[in-house]
Amino acid sequence: MTAAVFFGCTFIAFGPAIALFLFTIARDPLRVIFLIAGAFFWLVSLLLSSLVWFITVQISNRDSAAQQKGLLIFGVVLSVLLQEIFRFGYYKLLKKANEGLLALSQEETMPISIRQLAYVSGLGFGFMSGAFSVVNILADSVGPGTIGIHGDSQHYFLSSAFMTMAIILLHMFWGVVFFDACEKQRWWALAAVVLSHLLVSCLTFQNPEYVGSLVPTYVIMFLMGVWAFCCAGGSLRNLKLCLTCKDKDFLLANHRPR
Amino acid sequence: MNASDSEEDCYNERTALVQAENPALPSYRPEPDPRPAGQCEYVCLSADQEADVDDEELTLKYGAKHVIMLFVPVTLCMVVVVATIKSVSFYTEKNGQQLIYTPFTEDTASVGLRLLNSVLNTIIMISVIVVMTIFLVVLYKYRCYKFIHGWLILSSLMLLFWFSFMYLGEVFKTYNVAMDYPTVGMIIWNFGAVGMICIHWKGPLQLQQAYLIVISALMALVFIKYLPEWSAWVILGAISIYDLVAVLCPKGPLRMLVETAQERNEPIFPALIYSSAMVWTVGMANPSAHSERPAQDAAPLWEGTAHSRWVGGQTSGAQVCLLYFSGGVKLGLGDFIFYSVLVGKAAATGEDWNTTLACFVAILIGLCLTLLLLAIFKKALPALPISITFGLVFYFSTDYLVRPFMDSLADHQFYI
Repeated sequence: MTAAVFFGCTFIAFGPAIALFLFTIARDPLRVIFLIAGAFFWLVSLLLSSLVWFITVQISNRDSAAQQKGLLIFGVVLSVLLQEIFRFGYYKLLKKANEGLLALSQEETMPISIRQLAYVSGLGFGFMSGAFSVVNILADSVGPGTIGIHGDSQHYFLSSAFMTMAIILLHMFWGVVFFDACEKQRWWALAAVVLSHLLVSCLTFQNPEYVGSLVPTYVIMFLMGVWAFCCAGGSLRNLKLCLTCKDKDFLLANHRPR
Repeated sequence: MNASDSEEDCYNERTALVQAENPALPSYRPEPDPRPAGQCEYVCLSADQEADVDDEELTLKYGAKHVIMLFVPVTLCMVVVVATIKSVSFYTEKNGQQLIYTPFTEDTASVGLRLLNSVLNTIIMISVIVVMTIFLVVLYKYRCYKFIHGWLILSSLMLLFWFSFMYLGEVFKTYNVAMDYPTVGMIIWNFGAVGMICIHWKGPLQLQQAYLIVISALMALVFIKYLPEWSAWVILGAISIYDLVAVLCPKGPLRMLVETAQERNEPIFPALIYSSAMVWTVGMANPSAHSERPAQDAAPLWEGTAHSRWVGGQTSGAQVCLLYFSGGVKLGLGDFIFYSVLVGKAAATGEDWNTTLACFVAILIGLCLTLLLLAIFKKALPALPISITFGLVFYFSTDYLVRPFMDSLADHQFYI
């Protein structure tokens, strides 16, 4: 419960995401705008799911803890489904906007490709989702207090931070796979994304048994990462070329000597 | 002046300082401008005519850049306000003091009476703003530039010296820093004097932008402190509606102001508009009949008049002429102030950061949509309505609906 915990957890939760933003998105204004629009769409989906949850709570029995927990679980599932619906809605909107932009600008190519949009929108969803999950917890970690004084887990802050990092990266991977699936009309891939999102959320029902929720989440994140890498056009050969700095196209595009 | 001169020729020490008011970039007009042309302007005019066809492309390419050029200062202003609200408790303490423009108290027993009082407060505040705006338009129409100039200097004096002195005092109190009056005097004197010079005369563009952000933040903090709770929300709503009416209706005061300024080919209220233009176009000071700068005319800010709450865009056909480039987008300081008031009030009420974040994103999206409309319609538009509507909707819904949901989730550590 010190500044060290605050800074540590903040950097764990948001470090990769902020690094991605700074290195790949911050330079291009169009990408920043679509990132913020993605965040906005996530926010609207959360609003709708909270509205439904709120109504169900109002008409339910407040005293029964089991019923409240059941309603919360229903709220989580509904929220996940709504998030994916809004992701699909955002995809449709972006396709329409891209076509409009193309018609308007009389240029040959679109200013931003659908793959970049997938990445940026996924990251936007991730940023907002991560921020809403963890910012209040981080704010509490600065203030005075002792964690777990009533017998709860000592690792609340740390596990929240790690979970948030996983969720942000997962949203980005889901975005890439989702848009790719929509482009190529592969509905099974779409269903897989939705199911994996549901799985990750349902795993968190086991908290505070962190081993049961964090480890599978990270496994899923790694698998989704590999899938997204393949969807975006990556392969083992590309990876090797990139890591040994022999990828000529990339070097040329970045004006570096071979 | 030859347009093919390299930029270095024009960009010497003296021209590096940028006038506080923007040089008159040729505003977007479909028909060519019948001005006596210096060589430089001639080049730019022909570019202007060719630019009609390419203007769509230009708008799209630079549109995103302009959006970001406005996102950054708006974000900075909001960050300053939120950081102050969360750390310095002075601006959230209510000790019964209110502005004279909101005389009705909200310390009443019944909800109905409180609502009535806040509506009455709003009516008084909006009437004051309307009267001030009309007064300003009348002054501008009858060319009483000196009066406007003096009014403006007085209000920025008050903001830069008195309010910043108060702010500094409260920050020192919060962090328990011991400070002596001579040091504070020197700090405030330097801050204020440089601010006056930058805003009203010449200064580096970024310093001018920084000062404009700081005074908007200070003004917003004053509003947050002295406006009563419910009145503030009703005022925010009412002022968006007023903005819509004033800028779009044919007889609206702000629209008349914009049109008069365009007729006279003068920049409108240069000192109290945040301009994102990176003006190293000082090299374009090839005098034509219109480039003598009239005395400054601008809106008095601190009386709560929100004159400059509009967004104007100027694009010049800039591809050919090296000395110009596409002018930036301008946003009135009143817009900065009211955006920051909304986000600041969201930060002030309670421990929850989610509400603040939601309002922040909502306002940015509203600004983005407004700029999109600007790119489509290409005339002055009110910048408040869309953003404030989104902000209000998201504030109330996040506070009442999302917060309980997220709190329950955080309790059990469920993730969505």
